[in-house]
This record gives sequence, C-alpha cells and structure tokens, in this order.
Amino acid sequence: MSYATGLRCRKCGQEYPLQPMRVCDFCLSPVEVNYNYKAMAGVLSRKKIAEGPFTMWRYRSLLPVEGKEEIDIGTGFTPLLKADNLGRALGLDEFYIKNDCLNPTYSFKDRAVAVAVTKARDFGFDTVACASTGNLAASVAAHAAKANMKAYVFVPANVEPGKLVGVAVYKPNLVTVDGSYDDVNRLCAELAQRYNWGFININLRPYYAEGSKTLGFEVAEQLGWRPPDCVVVPAASGLLFTRIWKGLQELSMLKLIGPVNTHMYLTQATGSSPIVNAFDAGSLHVHPVLPNTLVTSIAIGNPADGYYALMVARQSGGGAQAVTDEEAIEGMKLLAQTEGIFAEAAGGVVIGGVKKLAAAGIIKRDQLTVACITGAGPRTQEIVSDVVRPFHVKPNLESFSEVLGVQV
Amino acid sequence: MAKRQVMFTFPRGLIKEPVIYHLSHKFEVVTNIRRADVSEDRGWVVLELEGEDKEIEAGIAWVRDKGVRVDPIVGDIVEG
Repeated sequence: MSYATGLRCRKCGQEYPLQPMRVCDFCLSPVEVNYNYKAMAGVLSRKKIAEGPFTMWRYRSLLPVEGKEEIDIGTGFTPLLKADNLGRALGLDEFYIKNDCLNPTYSFKDRAVAVAVTKARDFGFDTVACASTGNLAASVAAHAAKANMKAYVFVPANVEPGKLVGVAVYKPNLVTVDGSYDDVNRLCAELAQRYNWGFININLRPYYAEGSKTLGFEVAEQLGWRPPDCVVVPAASGLLFTRIWKGLQELSMLKLIGPVNTHMYLTQATGSSPIVNAFDAGSLHVHPVLPNTLVTSIAIGNPADGYYALMVARQSGGGAQAVTDEEAIEGMKLLAQTEGIFAEAAGGVVIGGVKKLAAAGIIKRDQLTVACITGAGPRTQEIVSDVVRPFHVKPNLESFSEVLGVQV
Repeated sequence: MAKRQVMFTFPRGLIKEPVIYHLSHKFEVVTNIRRADVSEDRGWVVLELEGEDKEIEAGIAWVRDKGVRVDPIVGDIVEG
C-alpha cells in the first residue's frame, strides 16, 4: 500500500487529492506528494527494506504507488563504488561514485520515469508523453513498451538523428518539431492541456520527482545506513538535487539513519548555469539564461526547481559550482581513465566540480564525498572522439616493434 | 477561451513601466497575477492570461518586443 496522502503546494501549502497535476491552482507553484510518515514509521525498518528486491522498488513504501504491480524494467540499486584512483587524483581520501549509468536506459531518469509511468497507468491513461532530446525520451519510450502503453516523444527537428536511435528502438511515436527550443516548449504545454495524456514532465511531474529520491535512499543504505558528508550532483531543472536531499531527510525522519549533516553541492556547465549564478550572486531568484554548452543533457535555461535547489544548497551548508565545457570533457576522461566509468558530459561536470571544490578546500580531504554520475557516455560519445589515436601497424612483428618501440 | 500561465521577467529599464496594464488594454487578454517579486533593479511576475489564442499570442509577442522575458511557469519542458 501507499502512504501518500495527497499533493501539497510547495509555496502556499494548498492541498489537493492525488491526481495528475501540473502546478497549484492558486499560486501556480510546483506541488509535491505528501505522506503519512507516522504510519510509515510504524512498519518500515532497515531489515524490511533489505529483504526487498535489488532494484529501486525495495523503497516502494516511500513512493506514491498503489497496490497494483509497478512498471519495472530493473531500475536502481546501482553500484556505489569507492573510487580510490580518482580520489587520489582529486585529493580526497573517502571518495565514492554512485554509478547511475547502469540503469536500463543508461541514466537516472529511469528512477523518475518508473514511478511516473506506474502512476500514469494507475490514473487510467493509455498514453504517456514527454519532450526531451535524449535520456528522458529513451526512458519514457522503454517504460511505455514494458507497460503496453502508447508513447509520444517530442524533440526539436534539429537534433542529430544518431541521438534518437536509443529512443526510436522502443518504437514510440517520435515527433520532430520544426522551430526553436521555445517553440517545442510551447507546443508541449498546449498539448498537455488539449489531450488526455500522461505528460511525464508536466502533469505527472509531482510523481516523476518522487522516483528520484531513491538515489538518495540507495546512497545512504549502501554506506551502511549513514548519510555522506558531501554529495555532488549535476543540476538541470534542479529536481534530482532537491530529491536526493528529500530522500536523506525522509530516512532520518523515519530513524533509518541518524541526523543529516550532508553538504549538498550542485554543479552546472558555465554555458547554462542559472542556479550557480543565483547562488554566487546571493539572490533568491533564479534568472533564466539561454543555454550555450556541449553538455546538452543538463542544458536547461529556466530550471523549474531552481529556487528549491538554491535553498537546499544554502540550507545544507553546501554550494554551487560551474565548470567550463573543457573542464567537463577533462572530467569525463579523468573518470574513464581512473575508474573505468564512461559517463556522459554531465558526469564530467560533476568530476570537474569536485576537482574545483576539493582544490579550493571547500570539500575537505577526509570528508566522505559521493559524486552522482547520472548518465552514460555512449549516447553522446562524439564529444570525446579526439581520444581515438590508434597505433597503426602492418600485420607483422617488425612493424609492431617499429611503431610501438617494443623489442620483439 | 484559452488560459496561459507564464512568468514575465523584467529588466531594470522596464521596472517602472506599466507593461501588464498596457497588455490588458491593447489586447483582449485578462491578466491575473498570482505571484510576484519586484525590486528596484529587477522583477518577475507569475500570472495567468485568459483570452482567445491569437490575442494571447499577440499580447505575448508585444510583451517580448518590449524587452520582457516570457517563460512557461513550469520552467523548461524539454529535458535532456
């Protein structure tokens, strides 16, 4: 059973029943799922969670899903690895990588989409939809396939065809839209009002958001039921960052972990860093920017959860760090060449961010730090294609020893 | 009649101009402010616009031409 009791506006506190909903009717602010934590505390224990499946669904009681079976493609419980090689390079003794590249569609979005598509089915939708240029689209299409639901995926017409293979393979209705990024945004907002679809990042957003908490739950459980000292996360809309924090807070409230003194750091690419800009300026308002970065998976200029992400960074005694595209690519290579993990550029932003925060002494050498790597590299591998510099030899031993300088 | 929920972000030079007042007089658009924060050097207003689609579109285009940034209130919808 679910302990979710309803939706509540994050700004004005107005309450609503659990339903597909975009924003508060009164103040037009985001709404979030509310739970009966008292009832939850009576039944949840570390032991009970540990007996669950080795997927995100071991935390089902902490998610807003009802009795029927969830839409499960095997998401979650991804490895938390002690990254000694990279830690040495960065000057950190207790450095861990949470490798969410290893989800079924290769990104953390599977966590959020699993909950959103499960809710879409529970609400009686036969169609789910989203607007995305990559990771979200693939995840929605894959979950719709598993759920036997129709899917509509909207992308700007100028997206490279190669990027869409990992989406089209699940056979959604793939719609390319003529026009700018803003045009796609506007069309999807209008479609969400016109059609009775479960729009993952619009009217299912409150549920989508909850799935992201499981990343925070897993980090704490995999550390032996303790919160880390520092968490470093890439930020696009800022939603994942706020939900990892919420996940840690919930575990603490339920007495599954001790008090949370975790410092939360978000990282963005300098070409799309509205939240970092606001943090640095000491402002409470996140002013939108026009993204201009290679790190496309987190290039959101007007982040829906920007304000809340800013508040988490401040309240947790954490911070916000931007890195250039060059630093992000360097971070990708460093992660691959020290830990054997090929992340997308957003992962490079995280590693670049940790490097700067550690070098500045903001993250201390002895602090247990977890870097969240949220998507895999192959989908956008062309941005590091300069690494391909093979030795070219003729098919004989002499040529090999001549080119490589190795004694035969 | 259609409804559109949007956020206007005003640059410093437009803080003193009654842009929303003019929007509702130049176009057949009802404006309904839900949240706002305006200081001496910048400001934003979250509001609902109600009217015929083409009036809302024309009104938004006019506001943009004035130099105000207009965004959907849920933030960017297209995700990576």
